[in-house]
Amino acid sequence: MSSFFQKIFIMIRKLITYLTLPIIFIWLLITSFNSSRYKPDSAMELLTDASWLYDWPRWLDLPLMKWINDWFKVFNKKYGFYFEAINDFLLGAILSLKKFLIVLPWPLVIALVVAIVFFSSGRKLGTTVFVGICTFFIGFLHPRFWDKAIETTSIMIIGIIICIIIGIPLGIAMSRNTRVRNTVLPVLDLMQTIPSFCYLIPGIMLFGLGAVPAIIATVIYAVPPLVRLTDLGITLVDTEVIEAAEAFGASKKQKLLGVQLPLALPNIMQGINQCTMMALAMVVIASMIGTRGLGDEVLLGLQQLNVGKATEAGLAIVLLAIVLDRITQAYGKKIQDRNKPPK
Amino acid sequence: MSKIEVNNIYKIFGPNPGQVLPMVKDGASKEQVMEETGHTVGLDNVSLSVKEGEIFVCMGLSGSGKSTLIRHINRLIDPTAGEVIVNNVDVCSLDEKEILEFRKKTMSMVFQRFGLFPHKTIIENVAYGLEIQEVPEDQRREIAQGQINAVGLDGFEHQYPAQLSGGMQQRVGLARALATDPQILLMDEAFSALDPLIRSEMQNQLVDLQAKLKKTIVFITHDLDESLKLGDHIGILNGGRLVQVGKPEDIILNPADDYVKAFVKDVNRSKVLRAKTIMTKHDKFDKSSTNPSLLYKYDEDTFIEDLIPKVLKDRSTIEVIDKKGATTGYITSDELSLALTKTK
Repeated sequence: MSSFFQKIFIMIRKLITYLTLPIIFIWLLITSFNSSRYKPDSAMELLTDASWLYDWPRWLDLPLMKWINDWFKVFNKKYGFYFEAINDFLLGAILSLKKFLIVLPWPLVIALVVAIVFFSSGRKLGTTVFVGICTFFIGFLHPRFWDKAIETTSIMIIGIIICIIIGIPLGIAMSRNTRVRNTVLPVLDLMQTIPSFCYLIPGIMLFGLGAVPAIIATVIYAVPPLVRLTDLGITLVDTEVIEAAEAFGASKKQKLLGVQLPLALPNIMQGINQCTMMALAMVVIASMIGTRGLGDEVLLGLQQLNVGKATEAGLAIVLLAIVLDRITQAYGKKIQDRNKPPK
Repeated sequence: MSKIEVNNIYKIFGPNPGQVLPMVKDGASKEQVMEETGHTVGLDNVSLSVKEGEIFVCMGLSGSGKSTLIRHINRLIDPTAGEVIVNNVDVCSLDEKEILEFRKKTMSMVFQRFGLFPHKTIIENVAYGLEIQEVPEDQRREIAQGQINAVGLDGFEHQYPAQLSGGMQQRVGLARALATDPQILLMDEAFSALDPLIRSEMQNQLVDLQAKLKKTIVFITHDLDESLKLGDHIGILNGGRLVQVGKPEDIILNPADDYVKAFVKDVNRSKVLRAKTIMTKHDKFDKSSTNPSLLYKYDEDTFIEDLIPKVLKDRSTIEVIDKKGATTGYITSDELSLALTKTK
């Protein structure tokens, strides 16, 4: 008897899954039609007059724009103060980081960068000297670039920290649960394909012009590779090694912290590296919404048709990219070397 | 009392195992189930029992379900139906916390590709089970060092697994499994990835260790010689079904079906059969034709491999004696030739 009810239950569930989408589609059609200004006086006209089949009729128009605008207005009014709080917090963080770095004398900053590279790369002299020269040339290209590079870097550092806070746990959750993965993956696809201006503009409306919407845009743009690579890194850990941990009675937490994360670390570091590079690309685009930094030098050169200026600023960005890339790569490489010692 | 008891285990892989189960229970073959429902039958009504302190070898070709079976014992895999009883406790009835406790205390596992942690040193690897049990650092180092010495790897404790050869890595795997002093050892094709010489060496090491430790061992292999050498009992799996369980001699002398026959066809019988299995009982033996000066005494557990030269070269007769020294039977060239003839 119970199997009979089970069968009926399964049939109903199937019916619901197959019917939901068509019902939503029809509902969308009807509401679009009703809200259109260009609809014919009566729907019956559509049957008698077939001319709407030739050119796309003006009434067959999903009013998505209107919906989003209405929704956004209400959303902004209702929850605006939350965003103001986030804005204040992030702005404070960026400003204090920037102030700290700008106050330092420039030779000291170069020395700091060199020291970080030296120790993170495992005392490789070549890389260290190369990165030191790159850092020097950022200021050498144009004295104004030094402070701007520091401004850009502070925005990026805050952005990357947020990326790590969001990205790594999300990646872990994805690797553990297929349902989470199936929901997150399309969102990541969306984040990677949607043009950045589409979220820069709502960013401005929520946070105002400046550094904070740039950070939000940076996070949206740069977090997907980190999430993907964290997930990939954990999934790629040898199943036999995982089974070994399980066979000894390791709990989920012990398995994650003791085995999965350490073995996924090279991939995660690669993710952070990718994240850094994409964040840098975003910071340049964000100059168009009034974010200060190296990006606005490029923009200025573009607006003045000053090829030399744009190139100079572009070069400075490349140098900054090299410096950041070397630092993050070096960390990843060191971890990888430890995991796979030479025979 | 059996240590491990597996009762009517079914395992079906696929999206909807519960629905396919009745079909498998009705006796549908693996291929049939695959074709009609797209589900894979991993295990089909497998029942066996393993006694305390014995080595039970589970043998079969790849895809026969042997690895699936061993993972049911520590419940790395949940059965579709049936029960697994270890120490009189149904493993499937344990909740998440209890199962972790159970794995920590009762058993450990050795893997085909070693399953070592590449980011930990040898000593950290060996101490892993103790680390999970939250044994204090210095204590677990001491135990781990002892196990490393026991498998003959002292001096390598601060190296990483990738720096060792395959045989050494598997010794680390064995030391790691023994470090928690489990009652049960599960060995999943533990020696299959090693080359023949090292494999034979490891088999001997396992036999020696077992003589001292008396663990209950479930050993998986696809190699008949290995299973005959190690097993107190052997179970042969084919397509998820257990086709025969018995002592090595039973498998050789009375293969249950064509599949087992094909398996034992090429085996070196003289290394498997023992004197007591092939001898003629002393009350049925006609002693009149034997020359008393060519009579040699051998223990009943001697492999006939050791008797062949004596019997063939000197035309002598073997007098088989039991542990107390009493004569139990005799072996001549007749018995030997009969025993070494292949089963048709």
